[in-house]
Amino acid sequence: MTNNKPATTLTNAFKKSSKTFIGFLTAGDPTFEKSVKQILALAEAGTDIIEIGIPFSDPVADGPVIQAADLRAFAAEITTDKVFELVAAVRQKSQVPLAFLVYLNNVFKYGYEKFFKRCAKLQVGGLIIPDLPFEERAEVLPFAQKYGVALIPLVAPTSGQRIPSVVKDATGFVYAVSSMGVTGVRDQINTDLAKMVAEIHQATDVPVAIGFGIHTPQQAARVAQVADGVIVGSAIVKIIAQNKQQTLTELKKYATAMKKALSSRLNKSK
Amino acid sequence: MPTKQTRITQQAGRYGEFGGQYIPETLMHEVKNLTTAYEHYKNDPEFQTELRTLLQKYANRPSLLYHAKKMTADLKGAQIYLKREDLNQTGSHKINNVLGQILLAKKMGKTRVIAETGAGQHGVATATVAALMGMECEIFMGELDTKRQALNVYRMELLGAKVNSIKTGTGTLKDAVNAAMREWSRRTEDTHYVIGSVMGPHPFPEMVADFQSVISQEIKQQLLAETGKLPDAVVACVGGGSNAIGAFYHFIDEPTVKLIGCEAAGKGINTNQHAATIERGSTGVFHGMKSIFLQDDDGQITPVYSISAGLDYPGIGPQHAALAETKRAEYVGITDDEAVAAFEYLARTEGIVAAIESCHAVAYVRKLAPKLNPDQIIVCNLSGRGDKDVAAIARYRGKEIYD
Repeated sequence: MTNNKPATTLTNAFKKSSKTFIGFLTAGDPTFEKSVKQILALAEAGTDIIEIGIPFSDPVADGPVIQAADLRAFAAEITTDKVFELVAAVRQKSQVPLAFLVYLNNVFKYGYEKFFKRCAKLQVGGLIIPDLPFEERAEVLPFAQKYGVALIPLVAPTSGQRIPSVVKDATGFVYAVSSMGVTGVRDQINTDLAKMVAEIHQATDVPVAIGFGIHTPQQAARVAQVADGVIVGSAIVKIIAQNKQQTLTELKKYATAMKKALSSRLNKSK
Repeated sequence: MPTKQTRITQQAGRYGEFGGQYIPETLMHEVKNLTTAYEHYKNDPEFQTELRTLLQKYANRPSLLYHAKKMTADLKGAQIYLKREDLNQTGSHKINNVLGQILLAKKMGKTRVIAETGAGQHGVATATVAALMGMECEIFMGELDTKRQALNVYRMELLGAKVNSIKTGTGTLKDAVNAAMREWSRRTEDTHYVIGSVMGPHPFPEMVADFQSVISQEIKQQLLAETGKLPDAVVACVGGGSNAIGAFYHFIDEPTVKLIGCEAAGKGINTNQHAATIERGSTGVFHGMKSIFLQDDDGQITPVYSISAGLDYPGIGPQHAALAETKRAEYVGITDDEAVAAFEYLARTEGIVAAIESCHAVAYVRKLAPKLNPDQIIVCNLSGRGDKDVAAIARYRGKEIYD
């Protein structure tokens, strides 16, 4: 039974010989059809989990790159229903593990029951909801549990003593936020990531992936020394934003390079 | 300050189903710190004395409760009293909250404050108090608003603040809030975010309501002293809802007092150009709180419109959402045309140029007063002064004047 849960597809994506590479893009950026192709291209190039952003009018946890992606998706008239159709189109060709990045209001307005039910049906393993801290999780958790979809908790550099509560009930994986502020590429990450990940590992058995600011393969390799996986968003969205003929080739090239950086020299830490 | 709103509060930060703390984990640590600090200082006599002294000696409190006899005679109904928040230092009620929050921030060891602003009144109040208390100050303001309120931009700069013009989204208040939240999530250690209305995650709605409650505390004392009675109705304009909650606060537990909030109906609530959240909105989660918002079926926040830069916010504070749901308060829409007419009416009848925001409340008083008897009393909160609006109103009337 447990193995049929969508959340398990995420956890299983960490049981590989290399560190896990999680790539993000915004659904519908720049069109429905192109998003489907981009997801399939990333999957083909070895991306272990694809995090699909559902565009929101006011993404307060996101930097300018993803804000712009949301606007392009709205220009393509993406709705929540269309996002599910997009996932259905992906599922016809690929079983790549998927998660949604979605602001709570989009889920709330759609209806928790209906939203989670559709996620489960399409094997969407988890939801990353940036504006749902654990204090407010109780209203969503029963639906997540009913359908076996993970509520992927975010841990911030300032979480400190909050970590055990934040990662309690975690399934899928834990999203460790590398830096304060919003999403976007950074040249330097100043947080003591090793300490942060160790504290998370002490509190939960689910794997830990680090995101926010990671863009080069070298950075990814460095970060992966202390974590189970890395999440890359803005760097991928920037490739998509150029909207060139060879976007798919470039996405594959990027994912391959990241994947390679995550396999070389490193062994799984757990 | 005692919390009078126990009747609509079930748990900390909740007003019925509304309120809460729906914010990114990056901010949670700081919001918890703030909650702890506020819980401490709100019961600290020294803090309260310091705040009271600032309100009296710096901000010019208590503000007048003015019996508008000419308006009363003209409307031939209830006695009309105007609560003159426009006479406060900086020209609006915003100073009440800003003094409280920046004093608190200072106690917490912060050296920098940031704030969003729509009309510029909250930005000006924040820049003013930051100057007074020696804090670094940065203001976030939508690009459209920086144009509508160019004079206030310069005023904030004059007071030593840095003003960031926000080009994303609709370039108005909601986008300024987004930008301020993003900035706060980047830098919390030395920075306090002075939210200007009864919105955002707990403890902001409670804290801002507490700081603004001085308005109704004074109204009650002043009116009892002058007439020996409570008002029959209290009328205030509502954007996020801070001046309204301040004017309602000490009357919420007085069932004979009708509470009326006036929303911006813009070009009409049957058009798509308004900011009438309670009349046209639905429950959602945004800007850290569960409340009522103007949004589409997918939960995307919809653009709002009002002639008043201080009322064009797509949401409303959680206390108002609860007051509307329990029907303790009533919310009505006032159009641009009605507000502008009230702006001119008040100027000519009483010699008071009030903010276009406040004139939404004045417009409703013009409708309500004739329906009541001369032994009844309406208190209308004049939340701010209208100097900032003169050029815009002139343009509305076809005269090309710029600040």
